[in-house]
Amino acid sequence: MQFFVEVLIGGLLSGVMYSLVAIGFVLIYKASGVFNFAQGSMVFFAALTCVSLTEHGFQFWLALPLTLVAMVALGLLTERIVLRPLVNQPPITLFMATIGLAFFIEGLAQLLWGAQPHGLDIGIQDEPWQWISDATGLNISKFDVSAAGIAAVLVSSLALFFSRTRIGRALRAVADDHQAALAVGIPLQQIWGIVWAVAGFVALVAGLLWGARNGVQYALTFLALKALPVLILGGFESIPGAIVGGLIVGASEKLAEVYVGPYVGGGIEGWFPYVLALLFLLIRPEGLFGEKRIDRV
Amino acid sequence: MLYREAGQFKTSYAEDQQIFPIRQDRIAIALLLAFAFLGVPLLANEYWLSAILMPVLIFALATLGLNLLTGYAGQLSLGTSAFMAVGAFAAYNFILRVPGIPLLVAFALAGVCAALVGIVFGLPSLRIKGFYLAVSTLAAQFFVVWALTKFGWFSNYSSSGVIDAQKMSILGYSFDTPVAKYLLVLSIVTLLALAAKNLVRSAMGRAWMAVRDMDVAAEVIGIRILQTKLLAFAISSFYCGVAGALYAYAYLGTVEPEAFNLDLSFRILFMVIIGGVGSILGSFLGAAFITLLPIFLNTLSGPLERLLGFTLPSGLMSNLEVIVFGALIIFFLIVEPNGLARLWQIAKEKLRLWPFPH
Repeated sequence: MQFFVEVLIGGLLSGVMYSLVAIGFVLIYKASGVFNFAQGSMVFFAALTCVSLTEHGFQFWLALPLTLVAMVALGLLTERIVLRPLVNQPPITLFMATIGLAFFIEGLAQLLWGAQPHGLDIGIQDEPWQWISDATGLNISKFDVSAAGIAAVLVSSLALFFSRTRIGRALRAVADDHQAALAVGIPLQQIWGIVWAVAGFVALVAGLLWGARNGVQYALTFLALKALPVLILGGFESIPGAIVGGLIVGASEKLAEVYVGPYVGGGIEGWFPYVLALLFLLIRPEGLFGEKRIDRV
Repeated sequence: MLYREAGQFKTSYAEDQQIFPIRQDRIAIALLLAFAFLGVPLLANEYWLSAILMPVLIFALATLGLNLLTGYAGQLSLGTSAFMAVGAFAAYNFILRVPGIPLLVAFALAGVCAALVGIVFGLPSLRIKGFYLAVSTLAAQFFVVWALTKFGWFSNYSSSGVIDAQKMSILGYSFDTPVAKYLLVLSIVTLLALAAKNLVRSAMGRAWMAVRDMDVAAEVIGIRILQTKLLAFAISSFYCGVAGALYAYAYLGTVEPEAFNLDLSFRILFMVIIGGVGSILGSFLGAAFITLLPIFLNTLSGPLERLLGFTLPSGLMSNLEVIVFGALIIFFLIVEPNGLARLWQIAKEKLRLWPFPH
């Protein structure tokens, strides 16, 4: 039982990390209807830039804002160069464009900073938290809990940003209906630029946490693939969905690996979330929190 | 002037329903096929045959399969290479375990296996649409590669999961030279491409297009959604399965499950988009473009180095290649979102008048 709880909590906490990547997807999908496959590459680019800057002699607290500037610039440039000419194209074209963008960003990151893996130390150790294991006997990583805390702060600040600020309201209006938003005078392209910049910021946070955990390496780009089942579970349009989906995927994948994996030879983490999401979609085609689609002929 | 369909009257139903109703098209196709079957084996050297033409043809077949599903039936799939993997490993097991099975029968059965797997993973398409479906086809991608790696039976318990394709022979004639392999692949691809061309103008093809344009409306006018969508998945997967078998047998020779990774699926999706969604010709153009692009960039790097006067580090070159590849994809989508097939259409319209202005 104690082992079960430990696996469950470990899974939930790593699920929070998936949610971090998934939130980047949701932000862009909500505001512009673009399924941004390059989010994983942006995570990689952010982590690699930050870690390389520190290795080139910058202080961490200086490298962080510099990377943020780079990510915002990347987001704005993407909006300007890739998406603006593709306005009104079918979603699949936009999706393909972001796959092209993913290639571009991955190549660029490795061209600038080289392809060797880096270690990243953000000052939180990945070790069991002593007083919890003393009190309850459970081994819970300090790092995971801190990451969950950071994610919580990020999500609540995003929620505040969306609900309390002028720009946030404009973002929600754009997400609701592009044309109506344009009609009341919301500058659509400016809003898209902001969304891409915010997605860049989220990618930076996710990149730092994942980089600190697994090292900054090319494998970070595969995070996008981990975030996809989270998205379909939670629904593409919903930030709470991304969180809940992340928790479900994280917990169930760890539990399945531990309890089902041995019977089929292990390694099922790679596809289990997808099959879970698939089965789930058969019951609720729009995900947990997605908008229900109504087809009209 | 060169490409005028005016004055070509059709006097029978058979003429009206032929595959290529315009005379110039018929001549062009006949010339192209004659050149591909007779000219290329005489002219091309081994490198061209086995490193360029073979992958182009095989990828064109896989692209064709995906194009039937995505371009005609409107179901986006990111699991193409999984179906290719099923085809490759099924062909291997049929030839290994059924003594004396004819090669083409094994390939066809491999396609059928892929089709069955395609139907299973196509089932969710009845409930979910768009990107939700695309993401769930990733389940096929990861599951199939995992299963092929994990269960040794599929690769005849080879220690690394790699399969060695057996020698190909039909009626005692063995296909082991590049020319023979090329001709075999070309024949299969030609046959299947003609079949696809016919398929998309049949009742089923029209049903697919109706479903693509709006499935609720299609259902209202009496098209059976279940049957149509699943058939689209089955036939598309059949094409991909045969392409996978050819990929293993005619092109690579030895292949491991990991060769059919997500990257390959994306490459094939790129071929569909660059070539033209919903176009048979586009499948070939897209496959040729995406296959040749890296080779072209590679050969370009030599003169570039001579121009600069020093050798570029190899890591730099491969990264530049990725960047150029990504940028070109974006550029193409912006400039010609309908793909290379659309460029060919524009060229035909120009040829209709050329050399006169009106």
